[in-house]
Amino acid sequence: MKLTLMSTIKTAPKIAFPHRHLLSADDLTREQITYLLDLADNFAKLNRQAAKKQDTLRGRTQINLFFESSTRTQSSFELAGKRLGADVMNMSVNSSSISKGETLIDTAMTLNAMRPDLLVVRHHAAGAVELLSQKVDCSVINAGDGAHQHPTQALLDALTIRRNKGKIERLTVAICGDISHSRVARSNISLLNTMDARVRIVAPSTLLPPNADRLGVEVYNTMQEGLKDADIIMMLRLQNERMSGSFIPSSREYFHFFGLDHEKMKFAKPDALIMHPGPMNRGVEIDATLADDPRSVIREQVEMGVAVRMAILEALSHHLPTSCETTT
Amino acid sequence: MKNKNKQQQPTALIHARVIDPETKRDELGGIFIENGLIADIGPHLAKNAPDGAQVVDCAGQIVCPGLIDMLVFTGEPGEEHRETLATASRAAAAGGVTTIISMPNTDPVIDEVALVDFFERRARDTAITNVHVMAAMTKGLKGQEMTEIGLLKEAGAIAFTNGKNSVANAQVMRRLLTYGRDFNALMVHYTEDPDLRGNGVMNEGEVSARLGLPGIPTLAESIMLARDMRLVTDTGARYHAATISCRDSLELIRRSKGQKLKVSAGVSINHLTLNENDIGPYRTFCKVRPPLRSEEDRRAMIEGLSDGAIDVIVSAHDPKDAEVKRQPFAEAAYGAIGVETLLPAALRLYHNEEIDLITLLATMTVNPANILGLETGRLKVGTPADLTVFDPNTPWIIDRDLLQSRSKNSAFDAAKVQGRVSKTFVNGECVFSYENAAPTFHSNLY
Repeated sequence: MKLTLMSTIKTAPKIAFPHRHLLSADDLTREQITYLLDLADNFAKLNRQAAKKQDTLRGRTQINLFFESSTRTQSSFELAGKRLGADVMNMSVNSSSISKGETLIDTAMTLNAMRPDLLVVRHHAAGAVELLSQKVDCSVINAGDGAHQHPTQALLDALTIRRNKGKIERLTVAICGDISHSRVARSNISLLNTMDARVRIVAPSTLLPPNADRLGVEVYNTMQEGLKDADIIMMLRLQNERMSGSFIPSSREYFHFFGLDHEKMKFAKPDALIMHPGPMNRGVEIDATLADDPRSVIREQVEMGVAVRMAILEALSHHLPTSCETTT
Repeated sequence: MKNKNKQQQPTALIHARVIDPETKRDELGGIFIENGLIADIGPHLAKNAPDGAQVVDCAGQIVCPGLIDMLVFTGEPGEEHRETLATASRAAAAGGVTTIISMPNTDPVIDEVALVDFFERRARDTAITNVHVMAAMTKGLKGQEMTEIGLLKEAGAIAFTNGKNSVANAQVMRRLLTYGRDFNALMVHYTEDPDLRGNGVMNEGEVSARLGLPGIPTLAESIMLARDMRLVTDTGARYHAATISCRDSLELIRRSKGQKLKVSAGVSINHLTLNENDIGPYRTFCKVRPPLRSEEDRRAMIEGLSDGAIDVIVSAHDPKDAEVKRQPFAEAAYGAIGVETLLPAALRLYHNEEIDLITLLATMTVNPANILGLETGRLKVGTPADLTVFDPNTPWIIDRDLLQSRSKNSAFDAAKVQGRVSKTFVNGECVFSYENAAPTFHSNLY
């Protein structure tokens, strides 16, 4: 009995999920994504039960280190860790040592000295989480670094799609909005391409990164063309500071041409799903009533967020130094 | 009068020299107008009009497409004492101009959908010619925040410009061109680097040195135009240089056209027919923007016009009242009226054999029509009958007091010119005629 348990720990995860950190959706293969989604599917079932608590991470310490404020991602990671039995600590660094002049690496080294097992990090600078991962001994999960990556968002989006459509491959996914400043877009483009979906991006050119066509997507500047026969419509949040004339003229004009409304929905397939990573600006990127449409899976995305984060925490925990390994 | 479906008696213009710059047609013939549209063109109409038509005998005068003036400032809304859409359109009609494009430099600035609506309504109700508006490309023409280019275009803005204010911030210009391209918007820019211009009031050169006036170097224009050409290369936007005035700028436009960029250029009639010497003893009516340049630059403008590097002649009509013009040169306002004298002044180039007539007329008809996407500006069956009838040889002396514009700041006052408009048709209706040495307007609006 003890032998079989040992063998599962030592062999099976190596094939399924070999990474110590989760930094970018680029690092994941199709098999690894499928493994995580399968795992997350089980957790989704568990999360709908009355008894949700597991003990996979019992004795482990998880620190949520957020240099940028967040409501849903932070609470989602917190719940995920707690449901797996970890001790979870939230640290918001806005008010803490950074304001006293401590560098990112010093903060990381200080935390590392407290011996956490899992570090969930969000930072406003692209690449900051990877830099941090090189300096600490624990597993690091990227919860968003600047406009670069937010891999758990891409995973939860993929899970939501797969649960509703039964597959991801060959679906046409239109990602619409502020692509240029969006880590959600970058993560999804990468992950969906790995899963063989057809990815489109739809935005005014001022909100597209340079050479967007080289990212493995089809680029459209109108919703009419971009949404044509789409299976999935992913709307992105438009931040207030982009609205007043620098990137786009106004939220009124943006909604008229790029906001998702009932008229523009007609270009997509009749059973197209509406997704949004939240928080939504109703009336800016999405029609106020459309967010509550039967085709909208926005709330399901939030639910899947917890499941996917449980899956990644568990997958990474297989690589943590275990008591078994310390004794051997 | 601009109701295209209005029932009119069919009209036949016969015994005319019909010139169509688009097809290079130049022959004796006639034009038959029905329901406001051109119904027939050809030599068979030279002598015989179809039955029931009202006959206009052109007595051998030229009939060409109504002129289109791409750069006209009016004072409406906000400065109606200088010019209203009604007076500007009367001046235009008297000059054979059937379509004017009004600039957004008004008070308030035309930078909102509601203001475009207002403008279109005023134009419909008071103007006797076609009037289109270019909307501001930045809010308040301040060069900082872009306007609602998509919505303004849907509301009827024909193009986007920053008027007399150049967009100095390259990042703003880059975003404007990038965003404008998505909407296939025409971006019209007057380039003048504000720092290089400094406190200049006339062309920088020998004349400014002699007059003791601070100069505006041609570099102020060409450096910003060079920047814009690089941005157009980067963004692929549709770009029109509103008014170039020097050889450097001409070379930049030529190079960009060689690279197949979607670039076009205009020049004002002032810069084709006048130079800095015309300022003479501080004549403020010759204080314009860009400033009148050297004779060398003027010749370059004609050269550019002849070889097609420059597409359009504009009047740069800018009415200013006496109060702001009767000032020491440095303190006087910029601008000269010109829509009414555009054609006779332009015909100087033809009479001086500096350019052939068809090429010259193309720059005021089919070329601006193509740039702006108008169906007029050509003689084509089924298009609105906007027509100008003129005798290219009639000599006359321009008297600013007899011009129709509400302001009298003409740079061509007392100039001897050849060529006079005798009739102007807008949508098939004769809105202006000059008979027995007196102008007559035909419109139920007045």
